[in-house]
Amino acid sequence: MNLRNIAVVYRKELTDALRDRRTVISMIVVPIFLMPVLTIFVGVLSARLIGRALQQVPSIMVIGGENSPQILAALHAVQDIQIVPVSSDYSRQIVDKKIRAAVELPSDFDAMIARGETAKVRIDTYQGEINSGFTADKLERFFRDFRERTIRERLDSRHLPTNLVEPFQVEETNVAPPEKVSGVVLGGLVPYFVIILSLTGTMYPAMDLTVGEKERGTIETILCSPISRTSLVLGKFLMVLTASLSTAALAIASMGLTLAAAGKMVGGVSQIRTMGFQFHVTLAAVIWVFIMVVPLAVLFSAALLAISLFAKSFKEAQSYLSPLTIVVFAPAIVAILPGVELNAALSLVPILNTSLVCKEIVSGTYHWGFIALIFASSCIYAAVALWVAIRLFQREDVLFRI
Amino acid sequence: MIEAESLGKEFRDKKRGVIRAVENLTFYCTPGQVYGLLGANGAGKTTALRLLATILTPTSGTARVAGFDIRKEPEKARQNLGFLSTATALYGRLTALEVVEYFGCLHGLDRASARRRTLTLFERLDINAFRDRRCEALSTGIKQRVSIARTLVHDPPVMIFDEPTSGLDVISARTIVNFIRECRESGKTVVFSTHVMSEAEKLCDRIGIIHDGRLLAEGTLQELRTSYGRADLEEIFMRVVGA
Repeated sequence: MNLRNIAVVYRKELTDALRDRRTVISMIVVPIFLMPVLTIFVGVLSARLIGRALQQVPSIMVIGGENSPQILAALHAVQDIQIVPVSSDYSRQIVDKKIRAAVELPSDFDAMIARGETAKVRIDTYQGEINSGFTADKLERFFRDFRERTIRERLDSRHLPTNLVEPFQVEETNVAPPEKVSGVVLGGLVPYFVIILSLTGTMYPAMDLTVGEKERGTIETILCSPISRTSLVLGKFLMVLTASLSTAALAIASMGLTLAAAGKMVGGVSQIRTMGFQFHVTLAAVIWVFIMVVPLAVLFSAALLAISLFAKSFKEAQSYLSPLTIVVFAPAIVAILPGVELNAALSLVPILNTSLVCKEIVSGTYHWGFIALIFASSCIYAAVALWVAIRLFQREDVLFRI
Repeated sequence: MIEAESLGKEFRDKKRGVIRAVENLTFYCTPGQVYGLLGANGAGKTTALRLLATILTPTSGTARVAGFDIRKEPEKARQNLGFLSTATALYGRLTALEVVEYFGCLHGLDRASARRRTLTLFERLDINAFRDRRCEALSTGIKQRVSIARTLVHDPPVMIFDEPTSGLDVISARTIVNFIRECRESGKTVVFSTHVMSEAEKLCDRIGIIHDGRLLAEGTLQELRTSYGRADLEEIFMRVVGA
């Protein structure tokens, strides 16, 4: 191993890679633009759609209640719904999204209430359809208020106190700081994107520097130079690592700026704010996420270099690496799932451990013991992958597998 | 100087079992001499030359390149040789100057010395006008000349050429043939493989006929003519390989 030769190879590979359009796209363009595109166009757009749906005046039908003018009048008085004439195909109209919901009442609803009986009200909706859901919420709110008013009236008529039916009240208050609230939402997403991008940023350079050399016929040219194969693989590895880390760094920077901008934009959408979505990530968290991603980037770089070297052609390398993305996606997705918490056993599971610890870091929780354990275990996995890559570069059956 | 001593190489193939690509290959080539390995496709020429260039490791025997054992000191052996074949391509996205300079640096030259040496070679090979062009944009002939500069950048005492004219047009092939002659005249040790009889006749001081990985005959052209009673090298070759 010769540091000077490693530097010579690294410099050459970097120059070569920066002149390759595909590497530049995966290493620079994708991480910079992916997050803004996803967040602004998908996130904020969907937030605005929700806002618009909430502000919409939905059409509903009232089925029955022919002899109940009071409840009908009360329903007509609800300002943000529009009652349309009854039609027998109301179910079909809900499915066709012509109306958002239908309320079914007994014809003598008013009389039943007056007699102190229990009347049954049915709300027909299109489950899973956002506008229908919001309309159902409005109707439920109306009937809940109506029921409480009726209870109060019945209690008053019998001279009974209101708290007879309300022995206690429940109040929910958030005591978590803003970064922890945002961590619930963003905690899973940040490592997910950073990990996935640090992998995808590695893919093309890893293939180009190994099987690409085989295909272009430059592998023999470099092997007949006096550089040792260990120095050669380390120079190449450093280039792939640079691609991975720069992709991760750009993704993190882009994500930080995007979230800051999205925070301002979402600030104007009151519904999103009240739903508890806040965009607050500290600089320390960003730095720590990057530190935790470093050994993972080493692991990806070495593993992809080794796998790509083994392939005979670019196509074969792609067929090896495509399933690998699923292997990486799976633990990254598991970390997003609610309820998956970091523990000692999960701290040893590669990728998942980094995803989980980054999720905690973003939410402002620093379990130093787990952080040390995860960093150390990730370093060991990375070292093994690098050792395998170096060993494979010594094997002529791999280098000349044609 | 190249000294190959009982050099052998076996490959393991799942379908065909053990393949002896090179078997007990012994020959010597001294400075100022061109040694030609003559053989049909698949005879073991490329494997033999890859062994000498330490791209492959022998399974038996050894060789010394410029006095360095290819098994014990492969990096020093490579430091003293230049290897050129149609398989040794150039980096397409680098310029001609960058490629040759890169190999100069890998051979231990500092950047300034590598640049000076590259420019001298480009002047000599008349490719200065193309030095800042990416290799992918160069014609085959210019690429060949850049490859020659690449093999000479460290001024090695030993040159190995593996079918260097294969697939080239007459003009490009002639550039290579002239280059091999220049190497001999400048006192370099040259080993080259070919299946083109006329090239071997024109260039080689000694010829080794290789078939199925084994060296079946060896000598100067005159010695081979005397031994096999034929004047034409192609006739001699056919007789040696028993076809």
